[in-house]
Amino acid sequence: MNLLEVQDLKKHYPIRAGLMRREVGRVRAVDGVSFHIAQGETLALVGESGCGKTTVSRCILRALTVTSGAIRFATSETETVDLATLPKRQVRPLRRHIQMIFQDPYASLNPRMMVGDIIAEPLKVNGVPAAERRDRVAELLELVQMPQSARIRFPHAFSGGQRQRVGIARALALNPRLVVADEPVSALDVSVQAQIINLLLDLQDRLGLSMLFVAHDLSVVRHVSDRVAVMYVGRIVEVAPTDTLYRAPLHPYTEALLAAVPAPDPSRRGRRRVAQGEVADPANPPPGCAFHPRCPYAVDRCRIERPELTPTGSGRYVSCHRAAELDLVGVR
Amino acid sequence: MSIAIDTATPPSAPLDEKAAAAEARYAQATQLQLTWWRFRKHKLALVSLVVIVLFYAVAIFADFLATTDPHATDARRSFIPPQGIHFFDENGFNPHVYGLRGVRNPRTFQLAYSPDPSRKLPVRMFVRGYTYNLLGIFETNIHLFGVEGARAGESMFLLGTDQLGRDLYSRILVATRISLFIGLAGVVLSLFLGVLLGGVSGLYGGWVDLVIQRIIEVLRSVPTIPLWMGLAAALPRTWNVIQVYFAITIIISLIGWTDLARVVRGRFLALREEDFVVAAELSGASQGRIIFRHMLPSFTSHIIAATSLALPAMIISETSLSFLGLGLRPPAVSWGILLQDAQNIQVLSGAPWLLVPAIPVTMVILAFNFLGDGLRDAADPYG
Repeated sequence: MNLLEVQDLKKHYPIRAGLMRREVGRVRAVDGVSFHIAQGETLALVGESGCGKTTVSRCILRALTVTSGAIRFATSETETVDLATLPKRQVRPLRRHIQMIFQDPYASLNPRMMVGDIIAEPLKVNGVPAAERRDRVAELLELVQMPQSARIRFPHAFSGGQRQRVGIARALALNPRLVVADEPVSALDVSVQAQIINLLLDLQDRLGLSMLFVAHDLSVVRHVSDRVAVMYVGRIVEVAPTDTLYRAPLHPYTEALLAAVPAPDPSRRGRRRVAQGEVADPANPPPGCAFHPRCPYAVDRCRIERPELTPTGSGRYVSCHRAAELDLVGVR
Repeated sequence: MSIAIDTATPPSAPLDEKAAAAEARYAQATQLQLTWWRFRKHKLALVSLVVIVLFYAVAIFADFLATTDPHATDARRSFIPPQGIHFFDENGFNPHVYGLRGVRNPRTFQLAYSPDPSRKLPVRMFVRGYTYNLLGIFETNIHLFGVEGARAGESMFLLGTDQLGRDLYSRILVATRISLFIGLAGVVLSLFLGVLLGGVSGLYGGWVDLVIQRIIEVLRSVPTIPLWMGLAAALPRTWNVIQVYFAITIIISLIGWTDLARVVRGRFLALREEDFVVAAELSGASQGRIIFRHMLPSFTSHIIAATSLALPAMIISETSLSFLGLGLRPPAVSWGILLQDAQNIQVLSGAPWLLVPAIPVTMVILAFNFLGDGLRDAADPYG
């Protein structure tokens, strides 16, 4: 049984205008996304800004109300709930199972609380007694490689990387079944990014963490994820195991994202195709394949008919009419 | 691509103890401490704070600092110009003011007092004068300073007297009380209304927000002076000073709360989206805990700053209302009422010292504005 199964998830925002607040259009932020995460697996959700990846993660956390679709989440070995349709009141006791690591470690920690209290907050609101909280906070600080003295300090005394460690400790406090990491390293310096990525790898090993890792480029996800799902304008365009996706992408958009990964080897810069143009407007997506205005391989069919996400074997899915005929460039 | 192995926090070179202590002090500093450290750098605001504290001290101990009963009238000593204190005479240090001499006006045959340099009234500390209630509890007649051996009707008039012969200096001191505390009372009321309505507006959004925002817009678009005139005219003439005082406070804060409500609403809207608030929500915290533990502490400083900027507006409102004769009425003493005497150009040309009450008004307003600026800058020590 999978830990999380998302099926045909949609999140639309109505555009209202006029005195009567009539709906005149919809922003299809997420428009039919399906994927699953197995126990102990890390799935990376990748796409440019505005593709809906953050919306997907917020829907899973039920920070947003879902328009339609199903989010089946296994709360235990035997029990599954649909988070998409569950009333808000019943979501609260389930919050402890899904925790989040935020993008901006400067905004995600309450500046008025000491680090020890920040980490203990989820424990406290879930009724863990004080003595147990103390031990757990000590344990968590060690887990994220922070000194115990951090407990009585305020977040302003720490650097971005250290704050992100605190954020990770808080997310792990309740032993969640799933951690949603929303671009956990994007706001950090490159050198610090590596440290946080290594910490996450370490935690995956030690705790068997299941994770949804949201990122806006492919450079960092290679190290942490088992599989990668690439999103474009509210839809998933390709899903594949990480190594296969990097080596042989099937969707032109994946190729473009890979081309944007900085390559340390100058001799490989030959056939790189970085996507031109702007991301399509989710309120007014182009007909056919949403990527066709930017796609160097687009043919007439791409402008009319929307490709479906179809399996191509060995756990790969792609939504491209020309997936079989194209020979796309990956990275080694 | 490989990634450097994470070495846990690198062992830093042994710091000397002092630097370590300073670091710990900063690391463990609360919001209040950080705000204070930042506020301290704002010298003008610091000076303003001292000025305001002094003004409130004067308001509280007004009668103790006064020299002459501010309500005692004596038609014979009307429009006496300010009397300076003479510190030395032929015997050395001997602070004194001149006594008064009755002079009959050759045309009207009315008796009027004028200073008489031949009679010295010694100025002493802690002299006995008129009786008053200190802090509303102790009845006493000791004043910080005053004259000794004065005849009836005689006293010292540091800033001169008004038409009815009342000592302007003592009246300004006593007026401070009403003028400063009406501002405070008005702000407390506006604060209550503002935080409540602004909070509801920002927290619940939707039609509640819409209604409250429209009310604010309507209130703000009404010209204030006619509105005040209307409301003040509605106050029954039979009300006593205390009742009028409270009514005026309520009228002033009816307008004042809108600014605060906007600040509070804005902060709630901004904070609702803050990551650390979302984090608390995702960890399963209750609505109450999120509001009181995470949101409110984040903008108390903003409320304090907004309040200190709202106070001078209140004081000005009271002053201008009373000046126009719409606010408090004599025998209450406020700066606005004192300035009412300076409305007449003929009186003013003969007794320009009647304009002196404008000086404390200006000083307090400026001080509050500087203080508010400093507080606002220091309010967000994390920004």
